[in-house]
Amino acid sequence: MTSITANHTATDNQPIAGLKAQLRRAERMKKIKAMLLVAPLALFLVIAFVMPISSMLWRSIDNTEVGSVMPQTAAAILDWDGQGIPDEAVFAAFAQELRESRAGGGLGRIGRRLNYEDPTFRSLLTQTLRGLPATTEVTWTEELIGINARWNETSTWLAVQRTAPTVTDRYLLAALDLERAEAGQIAKVAENQRLYVQVFKRTLVIAGGVTLICLFLGFPLAYLLATLPTSKSNLLLICVLLPFWTSLLVRTAAWIVLLQSGGLVNSGLMWTGIIDAPIQLVFNRIGVFFAMVHVLLPFMILPLYSVMKSVPSTYQRAAISLGAHPFAAFWQVYVPQTLSGIAAGTILVFIMALGYYITPALVGGPSDQMVSYYVAYYTNTTNNWGMAAALGALLLIVTLLLYMVYHKLVNQKQLVRS
Amino acid sequence: MSLQPYASPIERIWFWVFRIFCGLILLFLMVPVLVIIPLSFSDSSFLTYPIQGFSLRWYEQIFSSGPWMDSLKNSLIVAPLATILAMIFGTLAAVGLNRADFPGKGLILALLISPMVVPLVIVAVGMYFFFANLGLLNSYTGLVIAHAVLGVPFVVITVNATLQNFDYNQIRAGASLGASPLRVFFTVVLPQIIPGVASGGLFAFATSFDEVVVALFIASPTERTLPIQMFSGIRENISPAIAAMATLLILLSVVLLLVMELLRRRSEKLSTHR
Repeated sequence: MTSITANHTATDNQPIAGLKAQLRRAERMKKIKAMLLVAPLALFLVIAFVMPISSMLWRSIDNTEVGSVMPQTAAAILDWDGQGIPDEAVFAAFAQELRESRAGGGLGRIGRRLNYEDPTFRSLLTQTLRGLPATTEVTWTEELIGINARWNETSTWLAVQRTAPTVTDRYLLAALDLERAEAGQIAKVAENQRLYVQVFKRTLVIAGGVTLICLFLGFPLAYLLATLPTSKSNLLLICVLLPFWTSLLVRTAAWIVLLQSGGLVNSGLMWTGIIDAPIQLVFNRIGVFFAMVHVLLPFMILPLYSVMKSVPSTYQRAAISLGAHPFAAFWQVYVPQTLSGIAAGTILVFIMALGYYITPALVGGPSDQMVSYYVAYYTNTTNNWGMAAALGALLLIVTLLLYMVYHKLVNQKQLVRS
Repeated sequence: MSLQPYASPIERIWFWVFRIFCGLILLFLMVPVLVIIPLSFSDSSFLTYPIQGFSLRWYEQIFSSGPWMDSLKNSLIVAPLATILAMIFGTLAAVGLNRADFPGKGLILALLISPMVVPLVIVAVGMYFFFANLGLLNSYTGLVIAHAVLGVPFVVITVNATLQNFDYNQIRAGASLGASPLRVFFTVVLPQIIPGVASGGLFAFATSFDEVVVALFIASPTERTLPIQMFSGIRENISPAIAAMATLLILLSVVLLLVMELLRRRSEKLSTHR
């Protein structure tokens, strides 16, 4: 401000143009200041969040294991036309680099990668390595075939060739139960090896089911909360907010306690005579639904409640006074006004449910595990990082698409009741 | 919603069916939280009703046991640090986002909120590989950074919401009276947005205090946090010691809820005073 007045005299002959320039400069300064305030967090998130996730996603197409350990072999075999067996140059490079791979753990890396192509490859490599002659003055084609006749098969070398390019689509295809057949076309994997399409379907079914149940339970409760006098609704709201603030693990543990065979639910059902013997309610799909609905229900109720609070009851009453059936007035006049809340709640709950890992792991059985479980499994247990990354990438794509829809639909401040 | 005196019998039935349905849902929400508390005072080592005798042995066990106390200590180190980090970064960014329009603002906002949306297991695996390269795996620093990332969106959202009602002429007034930008921030802006900053901080704290997935991947047994201890306890054998810790955590959530309510009232008071 002070600078504008000071400069005003200096540019007195062209006051309007000078002022405009000053204003533009002030605006620009304001923008730069604003960006500088956002910059630390943006930078922090890029380094600690975006980069870790993108480097993980890269692993879903990363195929550099063989290329980094056997650069000459990888380069040479890419020129091979896939007919018969490769020429002597490939054999020589392969034998040479196989021998060198023993140092620095390279053998383990290529062994693991080639095993994805054929689960017997690692032993073929170690056997071949043991049989390699000490001299270099030999015909490597004969030597290798002499050690194991499989080096005379086209399919063996085709497998090696598939590991040579820097990127591969095998993990992403495998995550959809697809593979490249010998000739290179995309085909479904054998029936008994199909797994992930079913896992994705299961994930969608559980997330969708949980979302629908949450809507079915959350809508009436939010309606009651929004229409009660504030003093009463605040009291009831505590019943929604206390579970919301309670640790997820506490609630999951509580559901195990409630649903176990000697738990309160089973005892109650037996006492009323509905069942004669305890039924299995936990460590199966029922337990997953109970626990997940309980955890996610507040995320449905709170956005619905905040929208319903702002919907006046006068329209509904007007409809009734004009002769509409109360139910019709509710369905045709009230519900459409709450659509933004319904959209916000359902998408939010669905997005959160898609990525669930802890709750199904604790209260579900083996056939209730969702995509997240397999991502964790491949990272921790089998070290098949390409597969973990590919499943994660597909899960992330679905989540981000839904998030974009959500972002378009709702103002983000509705997410949190403050 | 209340029953009109002229309501027809069908309306009366609907009204009560609706009320009972809502009552059952509230019961569904509250029972799991309440049912675990009495079990923590049971002297039996099974988590079943009816409770035969009362004792405090499970509390004694968690307070005298190394793993429980160590994990509690770890969580009490990590959560506050992550919260402070998230509060500083988040508040600055929210003020910046509200100060002016600049190119790519919508995209940046989406970026700042995204840690809340991306499935935790993806964050966990990504950080696991990335932190391994940086030497941050199995360290408090790594855990604090990870939890700060997860807490930041809450601070951005709550501070952003508080700033919606903020009158920026006050900043100009402060500046015209000769205060430095920093002084304006601390004496004019911060007192008015503090409810938003604090409630965002509470969310961030609760997130860190309840976060299992990322911690499972990037922490070693030395940095084992309370949620990991709970998780493995529930998975291996669920003993009343878990119920005792759960009761303490429920107590914590009551405190969080109360503080949140106070902050909300204060924020309302601030906005009506203007």
